Amino acid sequence: MLVIPAMADLLQQICNGLLLGSLFALVAVGYTMVYGILRLINFAHCDIFMMAMYIAFFTVAADFKWWFISFVVVLVITALLGMGVEKVAYATLRRQNAPKISMLISAIGASYLLENLATVIFTGKPKTFPQIPFFVDMIQLGSVRLQRLAVIVPVVTFVLMGVLLLLINKTKAGMAMRAVSKDLETAKLMGINVNGTISFTFAIGSAIAAVGAILWGLKYPQISPLVGVMPGLKCFIAAVIGGIGNVKGAVIGGIILGFVEVMAITFFPSISAYKDIFSFVILILILLFRPNGLIGEKIAEKV
Amino acid sequence: MLEIKDLKVKYGGITALDGISMKVPDGKIITLVGANGAGKSTTLRSITKLVTPVSGSVKYEGRELTHMNTQDIVKMGITLVPEGRHVFADMTVDENLMIGAYLRKDKENFKRDIGFIHEMFPRLKERAKQLSGTLSGGEQQMLAVGRALMSNPKVMMMDEPSLGLAPLVVKDIFNIIQKVNKEKGVTILLIEQNANAALKIADYGYVMETGKIGLEGTGEELLANERVKELYLGKSK
Repeated sequence: MLVIPAMADLLQQICNGLLLGSLFALVAVGYTMVYGILRLINFAHCDIFMMAMYIAFFTVAADFKWWFISFVVVLVITALLGMGVEKVAYATLRRQNAPKISMLISAIGASYLLENLATVIFTGKPKTFPQIPFFVDMIQLGSVRLQRLAVIVPVVTFVLMGVLLLLINKTKAGMAMRAVSKDLETAKLMGINVNGTISFTFAIGSAIAAVGAILWGLKYPQISPLVGVMPGLKCFIAAVIGGIGNVKGAVIGGIILGFVEVMAITFFPSISAYKDIFSFVILILILLFRPNGLIGEKIAEKV
Repeated sequence: MLEIKDLKVKYGGITALDGISMKVPDGKIITLVGANGAGKSTTLRSITKLVTPVSGSVKYEGRELTHMNTQDIVKMGITLVPEGRHVFADMTVDENLMIGAYLRKDKENFKRDIGFIHEMFPRLKERAKQLSGTLSGGEQQMLAVGRALMSNPKVMMMDEPSLGLAPLVVKDIFNIIQKVNKEKGVTILLIEQNANAALKIADYGYVMETGKIGLEGTGEELLANERVKELYLGKSK
Protein backbone atom coordinates (compact mmCIF):
# COMPACT_ATOMS: atom_id res chain seq x y z
CA MET A 1 0.00 0.00 0.00
CA LEU A 2 2.84 2.39 0.85
CA VAL A 3 4.56 3.68 -2.26
CA ILE A 4 7.98 5.29 -1.97
CA PRO A 5 8.15 7.90 -4.71
CA ALA A 6 11.26 8.68 -6.76
CA MET A 7 13.19 11.76 -5.69
CA ALA A 8 11.97 13.89 -8.60
CA ASP A 9 8.37 12.93 -7.88
CA LEU A 10 8.80 13.74 -4.23
CA LEU A 11 10.17 17.21 -5.01
CA GLN A 12 7.26 17.75 -7.34
CA GLN A 13 4.83 16.74 -4.63
CA ILE A 14 6.49 19.03 -2.10
CA CYS A 15 5.87 21.90 -4.53
CA ASN A 16 2.29 20.77 -4.92
CA GLY A 17 1.86 20.63 -1.15
CA LEU A 18 3.15 24.13 -0.77
CA LEU A 19 0.86 25.28 -3.58
CA LEU A 20 -2.25 23.70 -2.10
CA GLY A 21 -1.29 24.82 1.40
CA SER A 22 -0.87 28.41 0.28
CA LEU A 23 -4.27 28.34 -1.38
CA PHE A 24 -5.80 27.03 1.85
CA ALA A 25 -4.00 29.75 3.81
CA LEU A 26 -5.47 32.54 1.66
CA VAL A 27 -9.01 31.44 2.42
CA ALA A 28 -8.34 30.43 6.04
CA VAL A 29 -7.20 33.94 6.89
CA GLY A 30 -10.71 35.28 6.19
CA TYR A 31 -12.28 32.82 8.64
CA THR A 32 -9.77 33.63 11.32
CA MET A 33 -10.05 37.42 10.95
CA VAL A 34 -13.82 37.42 11.23
CA TYR A 35 -13.71 35.03 14.15
CA GLY A 36 -11.09 37.18 15.82
CA ILE A 37 -13.20 40.30 15.62
CA LEU A 38 -16.76 39.00 16.05
CA ARG A 39 -16.26 35.55 17.65
CA LEU A 40 -18.37 34.33 14.77
CA ILE A 41 -17.74 31.58 12.24
CA ASN A 42 -18.59 33.21 8.96
CA PHE A 43 -20.08 30.23 7.13
CA ALA A 44 -20.70 32.45 4.13
CA HIS A 45 -16.97 32.94 3.64
CA CYS A 46 -16.65 29.86 1.41
CA ASP A 47 -19.47 31.21 -0.74
CA ILE A 48 -17.86 34.60 -0.99
CA PHE A 49 -14.86 32.63 -2.25
CA MET A 50 -17.13 30.86 -4.78
CA MET A 51 -18.69 34.16 -5.87
CA ALA A 52 -15.21 35.58 -6.39
CA MET A 53 -14.53 32.72 -8.78
CA TYR A 54 -17.63 33.54 -10.80
CA ILE A 55 -16.83 37.24 -10.75
CA ALA A 56 -13.39 36.32 -12.05
CA PHE A 57 -14.92 34.01 -14.62
CA PHE A 58 -16.85 36.93 -16.10
CA THR A 59 -14.17 39.61 -15.81
CA VAL A 60 -10.98 37.72 -16.59
CA ALA A 61 -10.32 36.54 -20.12
CA ALA A 62 -7.44 34.18 -20.90
CA ASP A 63 -6.22 36.21 -23.86
CA PHE A 64 -6.49 39.61 -22.17
CA LYS A 65 -3.01 41.01 -21.72
CA TRP A 66 -3.92 43.28 -18.82
CA TRP A 67 -5.23 40.47 -16.64
CA PHE A 68 -4.12 42.13 -13.46
CA ILE A 69 -6.61 44.94 -14.03
CA SER A 70 -9.34 42.33 -14.08
CA PHE A 71 -7.88 40.89 -10.89
CA VAL A 72 -8.19 44.23 -9.14
CA VAL A 73 -11.81 44.47 -10.27
CA VAL A 74 -12.49 40.99 -8.83
CA LEU A 75 -10.86 41.95 -5.53
CA VAL A 76 -12.88 45.14 -5.21
CA ILE A 77 -16.22 43.53 -6.06
CA THR A 78 -15.56 40.62 -3.70
CA ALA A 79 -14.58 42.99 -0.89
CA LEU A 80 -17.85 44.86 -1.42
CA LEU A 81 -19.75 41.57 -1.42
CA GLY A 82 -18.11 40.61 1.88
CA MET A 83 -19.05 43.95 3.40
CA GLY A 84 -22.58 43.55 2.05
CA VAL A 85 -22.97 40.13 3.68
CA GLU A 86 -21.78 41.62 6.96
CA LYS A 87 -24.19 44.54 6.75
CA VAL A 88 -27.21 42.42 5.86
CA ALA A 89 -26.63 39.18 7.77
CA TYR A 90 -24.67 40.28 10.84
CA ALA A 91 -24.78 44.05 11.46
CA THR A 92 -28.58 44.06 11.62
CA LEU A 93 -28.51 41.38 14.32
CA ARG A 94 -25.65 43.02 16.18
CA ARG A 95 -27.58 46.27 16.41
CA GLN A 96 -30.32 44.45 18.30
CA ASN A 97 -27.87 42.68 20.59
CA ALA A 98 -28.96 39.33 19.20
CA PRO A 99 -27.43 36.27 20.86
CA LYS A 100 -24.42 34.59 19.23
CA ILE A 101 -26.49 31.61 18.13
CA SER A 102 -28.73 33.83 15.99
CA MET A 103 -25.65 35.24 14.29
CA LEU A 104 -24.45 31.71 13.58
CA ILE A 105 -27.77 30.73 12.06
CA SER A 106 -27.75 33.90 10.03
CA ALA A 107 -24.29 32.92 8.77
CA ILE A 108 -25.58 29.53 7.65
CA GLY A 109 -28.53 31.27 5.99
CA ALA A 110 -26.25 33.67 4.16
CA SER A 111 -24.19 30.72 2.97
CA TYR A 112 -27.21 28.90 1.51
CA LEU A 113 -28.53 32.11 0.05
CA LEU A 114 -25.33 32.74 -1.87
CA GLU A 115 -25.09 29.12 -3.07
CA ASN A 116 -28.65 29.12 -4.33
CA LEU A 117 -28.36 32.58 -5.79
CA ALA A 118 -25.33 31.38 -7.72
CA THR A 119 -27.26 28.33 -8.93
CA VAL A 120 -30.08 30.55 -10.18
CA ILE A 121 -27.85 33.13 -11.81
CA PHE A 122 -25.02 30.98 -13.15
CA THR A 123 -26.91 27.63 -13.39
CA GLY A 124 -25.53 24.48 -11.82
CA LYS A 125 -23.63 23.55 -14.97
CA PRO A 126 -19.88 23.71 -14.27
CA LYS A 127 -17.91 26.36 -16.09
CA THR A 128 -14.24 26.40 -16.98
CA PHE A 129 -12.09 29.08 -15.44
CA PRO A 130 -10.05 31.07 -17.98
CA GLN A 131 -6.53 29.67 -18.20
CA ILE A 132 -4.13 32.59 -18.39
CA PRO A 133 -0.95 31.33 -20.06
CA PHE A 134 1.34 33.34 -17.77
CA PHE A 135 0.13 31.30 -14.81
CA VAL A 136 -0.49 27.85 -16.24
CA ASP A 137 2.54 27.49 -18.54
CA MET A 138 4.95 24.77 -17.53
CA ILE A 139 8.40 25.64 -16.32
CA GLN A 140 11.42 23.45 -15.64
CA LEU A 141 13.09 23.80 -12.25
CA GLY A 142 16.03 21.38 -12.23
CA SER A 143 14.51 17.93 -12.52
CA VAL A 144 11.03 19.18 -11.66
CA ARG A 145 8.50 20.33 -14.23
CA LEU A 146 5.59 22.34 -12.95
CA GLN A 147 3.14 25.08 -13.71
CA ARG A 148 4.37 28.58 -13.02
CA LEU A 149 1.51 28.77 -10.50
CA ALA A 150 3.46 26.49 -8.15
CA VAL A 151 5.97 29.28 -7.69
CA ILE A 152 3.59 32.24 -7.94
CA VAL A 153 1.02 31.06 -5.40
CA PRO A 154 3.36 30.60 -2.41
CA VAL A 155 5.14 33.86 -3.20
CA VAL A 156 1.87 35.79 -3.48
CA THR A 157 0.61 34.18 -0.27
CA PHE A 158 3.71 35.00 1.75
CA VAL A 159 3.89 38.57 0.50
CA LEU A 160 0.18 39.12 1.19
CA MET A 161 0.45 37.64 4.65
CA GLY A 162 3.44 39.83 5.41
CA VAL A 163 1.50 42.90 4.34
CA LEU A 164 -1.52 41.78 6.34
CA LEU A 165 0.54 41.30 9.50
CA LEU A 166 2.05 44.76 9.04
CA LEU A 167 -1.42 46.19 8.57
CA ILE A 168 -2.68 44.51 11.74
CA ASN A 169 0.32 45.29 13.93
CA LYS A 170 1.67 48.59 12.68
CA THR A 171 -1.19 50.72 11.39
CA LYS A 172 -3.92 52.66 13.11
CA ALA A 173 -6.61 50.65 11.33
CA GLY A 174 -4.90 47.47 12.50
CA MET A 175 -4.75 48.77 16.04
CA ALA A 176 -8.48 49.44 15.87
CA MET A 177 -9.05 45.88 14.62
CA ARG A 178 -7.06 44.43 17.47
CA ALA A 179 -8.85 46.61 19.99
CA VAL A 180 -12.30 45.68 18.70
CA SER A 181 -11.41 41.99 18.68
CA LYS A 182 -10.27 42.08 22.30
CA ASP A 183 -12.85 44.34 23.89
CA LEU A 184 -15.57 45.78 21.73
CA GLU A 185 -17.04 48.04 24.37
CA THR A 186 -13.73 49.56 25.48
CA ALA A 187 -12.82 50.04 21.82
CA LYS A 188 -15.99 52.10 21.50
CA LEU A 189 -14.93 54.18 24.49
CA MET A 190 -11.64 54.92 22.76
CA GLY A 191 -13.67 56.53 19.99
CA ILE A 192 -13.08 53.71 17.53
CA ASN A 193 -15.71 53.32 14.84
CA VAL A 194 -16.56 49.73 15.64
CA ASN A 195 -18.93 49.09 12.73
CA GLY A 196 -16.46 50.61 10.29
CA THR A 197 -13.68 48.46 11.67
CA ILE A 198 -15.78 45.32 11.33
CA SER A 199 -16.69 46.25 7.73
CA PHE A 200 -13.03 46.82 6.99
CA THR A 201 -12.15 43.39 8.40
CA PHE A 202 -14.73 41.72 6.16
CA ALA A 203 -13.44 43.69 3.16
CA ILE A 204 -9.84 42.60 3.75
CA GLY A 205 -10.75 38.98 4.48
CA SER A 206 -12.94 38.81 1.37
CA ALA A 207 -10.36 40.46 -0.87
CA ILE A 208 -7.74 37.94 0.25
CA ALA A 209 -10.24 35.14 -0.38
CA ALA A 210 -10.71 36.62 -3.87
CA VAL A 211 -6.97 36.30 -4.50
CA GLY A 212 -7.31 32.70 -3.31
CA ALA A 213 -10.30 32.19 -5.60
CA ILE A 214 -8.49 33.44 -8.70
CA LEU A 215 -5.45 31.30 -8.01
CA TRP A 216 -7.66 28.33 -7.11
CA GLY A 217 -9.55 28.75 -10.38
CA LEU A 218 -6.32 28.79 -12.33
CA LYS A 219 -5.18 25.59 -10.62
CA TYR A 220 -8.53 23.75 -10.50
CA PRO A 221 -10.45 25.31 -13.38
CA GLN A 222 -13.86 23.71 -12.93
CA ILE A 223 -16.26 26.03 -11.12
CA SER A 224 -19.80 25.44 -9.91
CA PRO A 225 -22.03 27.01 -7.24
CA LEU A 226 -20.86 24.45 -4.67
CA VAL A 227 -17.18 24.77 -5.49
CA GLY A 228 -16.52 26.64 -2.26
CA VAL A 229 -17.97 24.09 0.12
CA MET A 230 -15.11 21.59 0.47
CA PRO A 231 -12.27 24.15 0.29
CA GLY A 232 -14.22 26.29 2.74
CA LEU A 233 -14.53 23.42 5.20
CA LYS A 234 -10.84 22.60 4.93
CA CYS A 235 -9.80 26.21 5.29
CA PHE A 236 -11.97 26.54 8.34
CA ILE A 237 -10.19 23.46 9.72
CA ALA A 238 -6.88 25.09 8.82
CA ALA A 239 -7.87 28.15 10.83
CA VAL A 240 -8.90 25.99 13.78
CA ILE A 241 -5.76 23.86 13.87
CA GLY A 242 -3.62 26.97 13.65
CA GLY A 243 -5.54 28.59 16.49
CA ILE A 244 -8.62 30.44 15.32
CA GLY A 245 -8.38 34.20 15.61
CA ASN A 246 -4.67 34.12 14.83
CA VAL A 247 -3.57 35.11 11.31
CA LYS A 248 -0.19 33.39 11.49
CA GLY A 249 -1.91 30.29 12.81
CA ALA A 250 -4.27 30.21 9.83
CA VAL A 251 -1.34 30.35 7.41
CA ILE A 252 0.53 27.59 9.24
CA GLY A 253 -2.64 25.52 9.50
CA GLY A 254 -3.32 25.94 5.78
CA ILE A 255 0.17 24.89 4.79
CA ILE A 256 0.11 21.86 7.09
CA LEU A 257 -3.22 20.73 5.65
CA GLY A 258 -2.04 21.20 2.09
CA PHE A 259 1.11 19.22 2.74
CA VAL A 260 -0.62 16.39 4.55
CA GLU A 261 -3.21 16.01 1.83
CA VAL A 262 -0.66 15.93 -0.98
CA MET A 263 1.79 13.71 0.88
CA ALA A 264 -0.90 11.26 1.90
CA ILE A 265 -1.80 10.77 -1.74
CA THR A 266 1.85 10.50 -2.72
CA PHE A 267 2.66 7.80 -0.21
CA PHE A 268 -0.69 6.01 -0.27
CA PRO A 269 -2.01 6.41 -3.82
CA SER A 270 -4.48 3.57 -3.31
CA ILE A 271 -6.58 5.67 -0.93
CA SER A 272 -6.43 8.88 -2.95
CA ALA A 273 -10.20 8.74 -3.38
CA TYR A 274 -10.47 9.44 0.36
CA LYS A 275 -8.06 12.36 0.39
CA ASP A 276 -10.59 14.66 2.03
CA ILE A 277 -10.49 12.50 5.14
CA PHE A 278 -7.02 13.64 6.20
CA SER A 279 -8.01 17.19 7.03
CA PHE A 280 -10.65 15.90 9.41
CA VAL A 281 -8.31 13.38 11.02
CA ILE A 282 -5.80 16.15 11.69
CA LEU A 283 -8.56 18.35 13.06
CA ILE A 284 -9.59 15.66 15.54
CA LEU A 285 -6.00 15.04 16.60
CA ILE A 286 -5.28 18.72 17.12
CA LEU A 287 -8.48 19.24 19.04
CA LEU A 288 -7.62 16.28 21.26
CA PHE A 289 -4.13 17.42 22.10
CA ARG A 290 -4.11 21.18 21.58
CA PRO A 291 -7.69 22.44 21.72
CA ASN A 292 -6.55 26.06 21.30
CA GLY A 293 -4.76 25.21 18.08
CA LEU A 294 -1.06 25.17 17.35
CA ILE A 295 -0.59 28.83 18.11
CA GLY A 296 -3.02 29.35 20.95
CA GLU A 297 -3.76 32.98 21.71
CA LYS A 298 -1.29 34.69 23.95
CA ILE A 299 -3.19 35.15 27.16
CA ALA A 300 -1.92 37.59 29.74
CA GLU A 301 -4.56 38.26 32.31
CA LYS A 302 -4.29 39.57 35.78
CA VAL A 303 -7.13 40.59 37.99
CA MET B 1 -21.37 71.62 32.15
CA LEU B 2 -22.72 68.12 31.86
CA GLU B 3 -26.37 68.06 32.79
CA ILE B 4 -28.50 65.00 33.30
CA LYS B 5 -32.24 65.38 33.52
CA ASP B 6 -34.80 62.77 34.50
CA LEU B 7 -32.82 59.95 32.94
CA LYS B 8 -34.55 56.57 32.79
CA VAL B 9 -32.97 53.29 31.79
CA LYS B 10 -34.49 49.84 31.66
CA TYR B 11 -32.86 46.45 31.18
CA GLY B 12 -35.58 44.30 29.73
CA GLY B 13 -38.47 45.00 32.08
CA ILE B 14 -36.30 45.98 35.02
CA THR B 15 -35.88 49.65 35.81
CA ALA B 16 -32.23 50.47 36.45
CA LEU B 17 -32.49 54.27 36.50
CA ASP B 18 -35.75 55.76 37.60
CA GLY B 19 -35.44 59.37 36.56
CA ILE B 20 -32.19 60.75 37.90
CA SER B 21 -31.04 64.35 37.54
CA MET B 22 -27.61 65.72 38.28
CA LYS B 23 -25.21 68.46 37.27
CA VAL B 24 -21.49 68.19 36.64
CA PRO B 25 -20.08 71.75 36.40
CA ASP B 26 -16.82 72.34 34.52
CA GLY B 27 -13.61 71.94 36.48
CA LYS B 28 -15.20 70.24 39.49
CA ILE B 29 -14.95 66.80 41.02
CA ILE B 30 -18.41 65.34 41.35
CA THR B 31 -18.98 61.97 42.90
CA LEU B 32 -21.79 59.50 42.75
CA VAL B 33 -21.83 57.07 45.65
CA GLY B 34 -24.19 54.30 46.57
CA ALA B 35 -24.49 50.58 47.14
CA ASN B 36 -23.97 47.82 44.62
CA GLY B 37 -26.73 47.74 42.02
CA ALA B 38 -27.97 51.25 42.79
CA GLY B 39 -27.43 52.24 39.14
CA LYS B 40 -24.13 54.12 39.33
CA SER B 41 -22.46 52.29 36.47
CA THR B 42 -25.62 52.45 34.42
CA THR B 43 -25.57 56.22 34.76
CA LEU B 44 -22.08 56.47 33.29
CA ARG B 45 -22.85 53.91 30.64
CA SER B 46 -25.88 55.82 29.48
CA ILE B 47 -23.95 59.10 29.36
CA THR B 48 -21.51 57.44 26.94
CA LYS B 49 -24.37 55.71 25.12
CA LEU B 50 -23.11 52.20 25.84
CA VAL B 51 -26.65 51.86 27.16
CA THR B 52 -29.57 53.57 25.46
CA PRO B 53 -31.86 55.38 27.88
CA VAL B 54 -35.63 55.04 27.65
CA SER B 55 -36.24 58.71 28.30
CA GLY B 56 -34.66 61.82 29.76
CA SER B 57 -31.81 63.92 28.57
CA VAL B 58 -28.04 64.22 28.88
CA LYS B 59 -26.70 67.56 27.72
CA TYR B 60 -23.11 68.64 27.33
CA GLU B 61 -22.23 72.12 26.13
CA GLY B 62 -25.81 72.51 25.04
CA ARG B 63 -25.83 69.38 22.89
CA GLU B 64 -28.06 66.41 23.51
CA LEU B 65 -25.92 63.27 23.93
CA THR B 66 -28.73 60.73 24.01
CA HIS B 67 -29.11 61.01 20.23
CA MET B 68 -25.39 60.68 19.54
CA ASN B 69 -23.25 57.55 19.29
CA THR B 70 -20.36 56.66 21.59
CA GLN B 71 -17.72 57.74 19.10
CA ASP B 72 -19.16 61.25 18.76
CA ILE B 73 -19.57 61.59 22.51
CA VAL B 74 -15.89 60.70 22.99
CA LYS B 75 -15.08 63.25 20.28
CA MET B 76 -16.82 65.91 22.36
CA GLY B 77 -14.29 65.29 25.11
CA ILE B 78 -16.13 62.93 27.41
CA THR B 79 -14.24 59.82 28.38
CA LEU B 80 -15.00 56.88 30.64
CA VAL B 81 -12.46 54.85 32.59
CA PRO B 82 -14.44 51.63 32.78
CA GLU B 83 -14.96 49.51 35.84
CA GLY B 84 -12.35 46.77 36.05
CA ARG B 85 -9.93 48.93 34.04
CA HIS B 86 -10.26 47.03 30.77
CA VAL B 87 -6.77 47.72 29.52
CA PHE B 88 -5.91 45.89 26.30
CA ALA B 89 -3.98 43.08 27.97
CA ASP B 90 -2.06 41.83 24.96
CA MET B 91 -0.95 45.25 23.81
CA THR B 92 2.00 47.05 25.31
CA VAL B 93 1.60 49.93 27.73
CA ASP B 94 2.51 52.46 25.06
CA GLU B 95 0.14 50.87 22.55
CA ASN B 96 -2.64 51.28 25.09
CA LEU B 97 -1.75 54.95 25.42
CA MET B 98 -1.69 55.30 21.63
CA ILE B 99 -5.11 53.77 21.34
CA GLY B 100 -6.36 56.28 23.89
CA ALA B 101 -5.36 58.98 21.43
CA TYR B 102 -7.13 57.19 18.58
CA LEU B 103 -9.34 60.12 17.62
CA ARG B 104 -6.64 62.75 17.75
CA LYS B 105 -4.95 64.06 14.65
CA ASP B 106 -2.28 66.30 16.25
CA LYS B 107 0.94 64.31 16.16
CA GLU B 108 3.25 66.79 17.94
CA ASN B 109 1.02 67.23 20.95
CA PHE B 110 0.57 63.51 21.05
CA LYS B 111 4.30 63.01 21.72
CA ARG B 112 4.23 65.68 24.42
CA ASP B 113 1.22 64.07 26.05
CA ILE B 114 2.77 60.61 26.13
CA GLY B 115 5.66 62.38 27.88
CA PHE B 116 3.22 63.95 30.31
CA ILE B 117 1.66 60.58 31.11
CA HIS B 118 5.10 59.02 31.57
CA GLU B 119 6.01 61.84 33.92
CA MET B 120 2.80 61.51 35.87
CA PHE B 121 3.09 57.74 36.09
CA PRO B 122 6.79 56.83 36.18
CA ARG B 123 5.84 53.17 36.48
CA LEU B 124 4.21 53.31 33.07
CA LYS B 125 7.38 54.75 31.57
CA GLU B 126 9.45 51.93 33.06
CA ARG B 127 7.05 49.42 31.63
CA ALA B 128 6.33 51.16 28.33
CA LYS B 129 7.16 48.13 26.18
CA GLN B 130 5.66 45.54 28.49
CA LEU B 131 2.35 43.83 27.75
CA SER B 132 -0.19 45.57 29.91
CA GLY B 133 -1.71 42.26 31.01
CA THR B 134 1.43 41.71 33.07
CA LEU B 135 0.98 44.90 35.10
CA SER B 136 -0.32 44.87 38.66
CA GLY B 137 -3.88 46.00 39.36
CA GLY B 138 -2.78 49.45 40.48
CA GLU B 139 -0.56 49.91 37.46
CA GLN B 140 -3.39 48.84 35.18
CA GLN B 141 -5.63 51.42 36.81
CA MET B 142 -2.98 54.08 36.21
CA LEU B 143 -2.74 52.92 32.61
CA ALA B 144 -6.52 53.13 32.22
CA VAL B 145 -6.41 56.70 33.55
CA GLY B 146 -3.42 57.55 31.35
CA ARG B 147 -5.16 56.07 28.34
CA ALA B 148 -8.27 58.14 29.03
CA LEU B 149 -6.16 61.29 29.40
CA MET B 150 -4.55 60.67 26.02
CA SER B 151 -7.82 61.57 24.36
CA ASN B 152 -7.39 65.03 25.89
CA PRO B 153 -10.76 64.90 27.63
CA LYS B 154 -12.72 67.73 29.16
CA VAL B 155 -14.73 65.38 31.33
CA MET B 156 -13.29 62.16 32.72
CA MET B 157 -15.75 59.73 34.24
CA MET B 158 -14.36 56.97 36.41
CA ASP B 159 -16.17 53.81 37.37
CA GLU B 160 -14.92 52.37 40.67
CA PRO B 161 -11.23 53.16 40.21
CA SER B 162 -10.34 51.75 43.64
CA LEU B 163 -12.02 48.40 43.08
CA GLY B 164 -9.82 45.52 44.17
CA LEU B 165 -6.76 47.64 44.91
CA ALA B 166 -4.63 47.70 48.05
CA PRO B 167 -5.35 50.65 50.40
CA LEU B 168 -2.01 52.28 49.68
CA VAL B 169 -2.62 52.10 45.94
CA VAL B 170 -6.11 53.50 46.42
CA LYS B 171 -4.53 56.53 48.05
CA ASP B 172 -2.28 56.97 45.01
CA ILE B 173 -5.24 56.76 42.66
CA PHE B 174 -7.18 59.39 44.57
CA ASN B 175 -4.13 61.68 44.53
CA ILE B 176 -3.93 61.22 40.79
CA ILE B 177 -7.59 62.07 40.35
CA GLN B 178 -7.07 65.34 42.23
CA LYS B 179 -3.92 66.08 40.26
CA VAL B 180 -5.65 65.51 36.92
CA ASN B 181 -8.44 67.79 38.06
CA LYS B 182 -6.21 70.59 39.31
CA GLU B 183 -3.33 70.50 36.85
CA LYS B 184 -5.15 69.64 33.67
CA GLY B 185 -8.45 71.21 34.57
CA VAL B 186 -10.34 68.04 33.71
CA THR B 187 -13.84 67.76 35.13
CA ILE B 188 -14.23 64.52 37.06
CA LEU B 189 -17.33 62.44 37.56
CA LEU B 190 -16.36 59.72 39.99
CA ILE B 191 -18.27 56.63 40.98
CA GLU B 192 -17.18 54.92 44.15
CA GLN B 193 -18.23 52.34 46.67
CA ASN B 194 -15.49 53.76 48.85
CA ALA B 195 -17.77 56.68 49.70
CA ASN B 196 -15.51 58.05 52.39
CA ALA B 197 -12.52 58.58 50.12
CA ALA B 198 -14.64 59.85 47.25
CA LEU B 199 -16.58 62.40 49.30
CA LYS B 200 -13.36 63.74 50.80
CA ILE B 201 -12.04 64.89 47.43
CA ALA B 202 -15.38 65.78 45.85
CA ASP B 203 -16.77 69.28 45.44
CA TYR B 204 -20.27 67.92 45.30
CA GLY B 205 -21.78 64.50 45.71
CA TYR B 206 -24.90 62.52 44.90
CA VAL B 207 -26.05 59.46 46.79
CA MET B 208 -27.88 56.86 44.73
CA GLU B 209 -30.43 54.43 46.06
CA THR B 210 -31.95 51.84 43.74
CA GLY B 211 -32.17 53.91 40.60
CA LYS B 212 -32.85 57.25 42.25
CA ILE B 213 -30.85 60.09 43.71
CA GLY B 214 -31.51 59.86 47.44
CA LEU B 215 -29.41 62.72 48.71
CA GLU B 216 -27.12 65.38 47.39
CA GLY B 217 -24.81 68.00 48.82
CA THR B 218 -21.24 69.13 49.06
CA GLY B 219 -18.68 66.55 50.04
CA GLU B 220 -18.50 67.80 53.61
CA GLU B 221 -22.26 67.94 54.03
CA LEU B 222 -22.65 64.37 52.91
CA LEU B 223 -19.76 63.19 55.05
CA ALA B 224 -21.47 64.77 58.05
CA ASN B 225 -24.90 63.43 57.17
CA GLU B 226 -26.10 60.83 59.67
CA ARG B 227 -27.88 58.72 57.09
CA VAL B 228 -24.88 58.61 54.78
CA LYS B 229 -22.65 57.74 57.70
CA GLU B 230 -24.87 54.90 58.70
CA LEU B 231 -25.48 53.47 55.24
CA TYR B 232 -22.28 54.06 53.34
CA LEU B 233 -19.50 54.96 55.70
CA GLY B 234 -20.00 52.07 58.08
CA LYS B 235 -20.14 54.24 61.18
CA SER B 236 -22.91 53.91 63.71
CA LYS B 237 -24.49 56.90 65.38
